[in-house]
Amino acid sequence: MSTFRELDGYDRVFNFGNCDSSVSLSEYQQTGGYEALRMAIGNPKQALEEICRAGLRGRGGAAFPAGLKLKMMQGNTEKQRYIVCNADEGEPGTFKDRFIMNHIPFQLLEGLTIAAILAGAENGFVYIRHEYPLAQENIKRSIAEAEAAGLLGDNILGSEFSLHLKIFSGAGSYLCGEETALLSSIEGKKGRPRVKPPFPIEKGLWGKPTLINNVETLANIPAIIAKGSAWYRTLGTEDSPGTKLISLSGDVKKRGLYEVPFGTTFREIIENFGGGMKEVFDLKAVNIGGASGVVVPPEELDCPMEYGKCAERGITIGSGAVYVMDEQRSILGNVHNRVHFFLHESCGKCTPCREGLRQVNRIIDRVTAGEASLKDIENLERFTRCMQEASFCGLGQAAGNSLLSSLKYFREEYENSCVDCVEKTSERGELC
Amino acid sequence: MEKLRKAVGDIVSELGPEKGSLLAILLAVQDASPESYVSEEAVNEIARLLNTSRSMVYSTASFYSEISLMPRGRHIVRLCINAPCEDAGKEEIRKALEKELGIKLGETTQDKMFSLEGVSCLGACFMSPAIKVDDKVYGDLTPAGAVRVMRELKEAAKNEHIS
Ligand SMILES: Cc1cc2nc3c(=O)[nH]c(=O)nc-3n(C[C@H](O)[C@H](O)[C@H](O)COP(=O)(O)O)c2cc1C
Ligand code: SF4
Ligand code: FES
Repeated sequence: MSTFRELDGYDRVFNFGNCDSSVSLSEYQQTGGYEALRMAIGNPKQALEEICRAGLRGRGGAAFPAGLKLKMMQGNTEKQRYIVCNADEGEPGTFKDRFIMNHIPFQLLEGLTIAAILAGAENGFVYIRHEYPLAQENIKRSIAEAEAAGLLGDNILGSEFSLHLKIFSGAGSYLCGEETALLSSIEGKKGRPRVKPPFPIEKGLWGKPTLINNVETLANIPAIIAKGSAWYRTLGTEDSPGTKLISLSGDVKKRGLYEVPFGTTFREIIENFGGGMKEVFDLKAVNIGGASGVVVPPEELDCPMEYGKCAERGITIGSGAVYVMDEQRSILGNVHNRVHFFLHESCGKCTPCREGLRQVNRIIDRVTAGEASLKDIENLERFTRCMQEASFCGLGQAAGNSLLSSLKYFREEYENSCVDCVEKTSERGELC
Repeated sequence: MEKLRKAVGDIVSELGPEKGSLLAILLAVQDASPESYVSEEAVNEIARLLNTSRSMVYSTASFYSEISLMPRGRHIVRLCINAPCEDAGKEEIRKALEKELGIKLGETTQDKMFSLEGVSCLGACFMSPAIKVDDKVYGDLTPAGAVRVMRELKEAAKNEHIS
């Protein structure tokens, strides 16, 4: 796929090449691949220090410091441990992990192997969603090749370290991307989330310490170790070093996957990488972070993509999905779509999410049909706040959060659909 | 029945009769089924071989949307229904597919050739609207293009039948 696009003139963490195919093991090694693994085997302590100094944070959504998670694994004395690569990529609008698995599988495997060595895990799983059969095949084949080359399996590169990796296929559940639900899924159960704590690093797969990281997080590790944390920190900002893979979709000229240094503003992502708006229509809103992310108006786009600044503005970078909507698009339509998504994916274990989504869906149906009243909008806000605050896991919390952002910025669109809207606005002295 | 028992038995012994293999077993049994589903007999057999209850197997099987407990067509046409595809013209694609196949979303054609399903994001939003037919993703689709893909599959099936 030639959809991977990049701007020239700066260093990158990812090298997808220009090819439509998958970078082979020999090609990967010719461009410095597996140097980092050698370095990590030679000096694991320093490798961990580099990851910590680089300030790498989880790319699966929660942005937890990757080095710290590794250190916590090392603090555990249990012998039997696991590593799990989260390749469930279910966030609508996201396709970065798919690109990594389809095009640069060895960069992922090298990162995974280094993380496993540092975490003391000798067994692991790559949990890949069922919707990605080609990625499953490519990773399976690459694991076999790496084993044959002594880069995986017993005594990696002749060292005392071993890692046995297996592919585990998901089966169409978005919720299984949540780390504890994912563990239950591997154990053969329903993919329902568990209570945290204990966190997976304490009690994970079959009760054993388990390191879970996202595909993109792990694929960052080889570059950090081979080129050093000082180099890594030249990319991005002090607060958020490095780069983020951005899945850009919607009404821009050039949709696709981009490697974007942290600190770039969302407007720059749309203008410089995406080539601006596709048609003559103006930009109306941008959905950042997929279904569980926020919907923001154009005024918010000068915010740099950086964890700290985004948090201040209530923006969730999440998986790095950026979906651009022009003025022809309906915010209500978008919200409606997302509520359906969450309704379908909710596991029903807790009341705020299960019942909250049902109520929210009912109200949005009424709003869309033009039958709602302003009181309904107030109720909608109450329900979403309750979901955000009281849901058991990240699914319900994020669903609430994402709906609230649309109410915060686009309340007019809701209110304009209400039957009693005119009364309300005449009080304010303006027209709908 | 005997055939099914043997097929399930082979899959279970290959993947291991542990509970941790259950999801993989269910997917493999479904893949091996000509009607792309996990039948009641298969559930019973899996439960027996894994030494667990049928309700446990059902509970896992019914949780996952990619596992079907109802017979499906030979080709599964998955239409992405999430926002980027919705806005890019998913409704037109749905109508074209429903018309061409003569079924509604969620149904299977009488000749058991096609099932049409609505699914979550296929990770192909850089080419919305997208559908997936079996293992292949088609993007930047027009209604005419979607119809063409269906006709090609029908044509291929006809030729298979003749030869
Ligand atoms: C509903 C839900 C879905 C999630 N889906 C994914 C996913 O598809 N991929 C992923 O890497 N993390 C996903 N996460 C985040 C994981 O729980 C976890 O934080 C992550 O895998 C940790 O890896 P990281 O530290 O490398 O980001 C999801 C979380 C929630 C609450
Ligand atoms: S928040 Fe939703 S998905 Fe999460 S446990 Fe509760 S019902 Fe299940
Ligand atoms: S939203 Fe349809 S492929 Fe992603």
